[in-house]
Amino acid sequence: MLNYQQFLFQLKNYWAERGCVIQEPHDVEVGAGTMCPETFLRVLGPKPHRVAYVQPSRRPADGRYAENPNRLYKHQQLQVILKPSPDDIIEQYLGSLEAIGIDLRKHDLKLEEDNWESPTLGAWGIGWQVMLDGLEITQFTYFQQCGGVDLEVVPVELTYGLERLAAFLQGVESVYQIEWAPGFSYSDVRRADELQFSVYNFEMADIGTLWQLLDLHEKECQRLLAAWPKYPDKQRFPLLAAYDQVLKCSHVFNLLDSRGAISVTERVGVIGRVRKLAVGVAQAWVQQQQEPAA
Amino acid sequence: MSLPFLLEIGVEEIPDWMIRPALEHLRQSFAKMLAEHRLGGEVAWVDATPRRLVLRAEDLLPRQADAEEMVSGPPKSAGAGAAAGFAKKMNARVEDLGGTQTAKGEYYCYLRKQPGRAAGELLSESLPGLILGIPWPKTMYWTSKAGARFIRPIRWIVALLAGEVVPFEAAGVRSSNVSSGHRRLGAAHIPVTVEHYQDQLGANYVMVRAEERRKRIENCLAGSRIKPDPGLMDTLVYLTEYPTPIFGGFDPSYLSLPEEVLVTVMRHHQKYFSLLDDTGKLAPRFVAVTNTDGDPEGLIRAGNERVLRARFNDARFFWDTDQHKKLADRVEDLAHVTWQAKVGSYKEKTDRVVALVKELGGSADAQHAALLAKCDLTAEMVKEFTELQGIVGGLYARAQGEPEEVALAIYDHYKPESMDDEIPRTEAGRLVSLADKLDTLRGCFGVGMIPSGSRDPFALRRAAQGVVRILVEGGLSLPVSRLLGEDAQLREFFLDRVKYYFKDVRGFLYDEVNAVLAAGHDDLPDAAQRLAAVQAVRPTENFEPLAASFKRIRNILEQAEFRGGPFDEALVEAGPEAELVRQSSAVRAGLGDGYRENLEAIASLRPQVDRFFDKVLVNAPDTRVRANRLAMLHNLLAEFSSIADFSEIVTSKES
Repeated sequence: MLNYQQFLFQLKNYWAERGCVIQEPHDVEVGAGTMCPETFLRVLGPKPHRVAYVQPSRRPADGRYAENPNRLYKHQQLQVILKPSPDDIIEQYLGSLEAIGIDLRKHDLKLEEDNWESPTLGAWGIGWQVMLDGLEITQFTYFQQCGGVDLEVVPVELTYGLERLAAFLQGVESVYQIEWAPGFSYSDVRRADELQFSVYNFEMADIGTLWQLLDLHEKECQRLLAAWPKYPDKQRFPLLAAYDQVLKCSHVFNLLDSRGAISVTERVGVIGRVRKLAVGVAQAWVQQQQEPAA
Repeated sequence: MSLPFLLEIGVEEIPDWMIRPALEHLRQSFAKMLAEHRLGGEVAWVDATPRRLVLRAEDLLPRQADAEEMVSGPPKSAGAGAAAGFAKKMNARVEDLGGTQTAKGEYYCYLRKQPGRAAGELLSESLPGLILGIPWPKTMYWTSKAGARFIRPIRWIVALLAGEVVPFEAAGVRSSNVSSGHRRLGAAHIPVTVEHYQDQLGANYVMVRAEERRKRIENCLAGSRIKPDPGLMDTLVYLTEYPTPIFGGFDPSYLSLPEEVLVTVMRHHQKYFSLLDDTGKLAPRFVAVTNTDGDPEGLIRAGNERVLRARFNDARFFWDTDQHKKLADRVEDLAHVTWQAKVGSYKEKTDRVVALVKELGGSADAQHAALLAKCDLTAEMVKEFTELQGIVGGLYARAQGEPEEVALAIYDHYKPESMDDEIPRTEAGRLVSLADKLDTLRGCFGVGMIPSGSRDPFALRRAAQGVVRILVEGGLSLPVSRLLGEDAQLREFFLDRVKYYFKDVRGFLYDEVNAVLAAGHDDLPDAAQRLAAVQAVRPTENFEPLAASFKRIRNILEQAEFRGGPFDEALVEAGPEAELVRQSSAVRAGLGDGYRENLEAIASLRPQVDRFFDKVLVNAPDTRVRANRLAMLHNLLAEFSSIADFSEIVTSKES
């Protein structure tokens, strides 16, 4: 039986063998691997791209003080982007499951309709949730639009839910029982993280400070976007830095949400603010890709 | 000689619910194409699995019959140059041209012969457009932004006319004779023939025919007491290529959770059938339909049981957590739950609905139910299982000691959710449901969120339909105009739903519905009674002729632009006119409470009305007499049109 890190090694290795750059996680808080620049920005424009990375994904409202066996404030996703999507992508994906020791002739695998959409990112795609013996293990999406831009080349995004897949492989009832490495359980590695951030996100995060942070990050991003049109050397322009500010805004928004601090009218408004920034960066990024290198 | 034809479109997994409409379209468009190309033949069957749409046709002609067409050319008077040009265009010699005599003179003409084209050639040309023309609720592109759109990527196409591949390309895929089996149990590449297609796929664990998959599932379930669920069965039939049901179980201690919650988890989230015990109660067992040939090692069963256990644990956790805060203590929290961004929060909605229930005469229990109805939206259970909204509220209310009347009203207040669904069981439930839906309609129309065409994102048609059904079937004689308010668009929208209900749901004839609603539609149970009376009396001999006369009266009044005036009995002429006046007062005096009897009495006026029109000239030379007759007819029409406006009835002579 594979422990958690062996299982990650196998998956990464599998996709490395298929031409993916194996990236490390993005170091800004995100709610999903899709939000990382490696996905959000790289799917734009005509350049082919192949990347795989494990992304810890923070969803403050999903925290359960480490008491729920299946729900986590911060879960881990393996994010695989293949652009353009190969014709045999489903076969390749099934191969990845076999690579981690799942004999698909002995299990029940179904692709059930599930189209993905993120209003905050102005992004959507068509696809499935992959069900293995009744367990949703992967979100499989053909991207169609990102940052409000129709994609020229259609990428496929595979998002593996790592904890649930590992619990399935190891036959344990709780993600905290997953063996991470010999002598270390998931609980040993992450329990304190789950507990303390649940306390912070639900009880102690200062609402006034969060609102200020939201404004500050938004202003910084707006300032950069305003400077973009007149900036002479487009290749030097820090759009990636501007995009990090979008991610900060999104995370602060999620924190405010988990603190119950966002009222009815504010909610839609804040999503709109973040979306505007995301779309602004995406459009500038497309232009930047088209500029000839200096 | 006639040829069989096979088309298989290999697609990545198609959403189950979209398959049957797509097949029906494929069948029709293929049959239409055969007819247009004069290829004879017919579609033998269409069928599908998640990964393939299949069409099988029989008896195609190998080629079209030759065709002849007479083409007219220039007039002979136009000269040799024109004749040569025409001949060249026809690809013929001038001496082969014929002549035809028309009213305008003699013209050249040419009998053009078109040799019939081969079926394979025509199919090659037609099939790409036919395949890509299948309509889907939501499509994607995958080859490039400007590339083909389909429900999911097309990965292979089999097109065989008897033994030959029909060559073409669609969405970048070339047709061939190579199909593909079950993703893991079959071969990836299977050369197939028209004759043995089904067997060849069957050997690779693909049951092409949906009915065979259904039978296989049913056979495996025979002898078990399954909670019947035709919708789920359809889903599973189109979600599998080789279905094999497996039985699993769960710890009986979970049966302490409400059945609604357990069934929702099993059905909606896991697509399992529930099993019942001998007494008809839920048993701690389930059936999962797998896309495999079996589970000899029990791995699939163990996996599904584990998932279900986690789901049930969640549900139990939600139930326990939710009980820490009673529904009544959650009302203020609704201020943080958006109902409609443009309209406001659920707290504001709740306040309005409570007021409306009170205004409609709701009991204290009904008002209390309205106050608590939306509180379950803040419960963890409903956040997880949104389809249980209302039901969870009702269950919590009962668990928290609210009166049963309150619990039932909350439980039912989203009903009826479809035409097949029941209306709420209790008076309180009906009032809460009614007030909630009316508030939704008023609120959305108030900010311009009005359904148009097939776009109805807030399900306002369903809400309005629910209001109609509760009023009619619940016998609630509440004034519709007051319920809807002043919004003209909302009133028109609602009237459409009333008509739809009476015509399409209840099956009344459209003119009867128009006639009855024209006489008033503020009290819907009353309108329903009037409709039943009209329907009952309509076949009697006097009814339709009288309706025709009423229409005549209306036309006369309209032509005269008569808007009413004094009636003077002294001006009435003896004979048919006096008889009509006398008889109509007699009928009027005899009218009672029964619509049917009243209609029969009114219909009995027919001989007098007929005689009047036979013998009496309405447009009398004496203007005073004329005005008096118009006034008499006007009164007659007005007095006898309170049940139905007969002039709306389409009589058999007209239709």
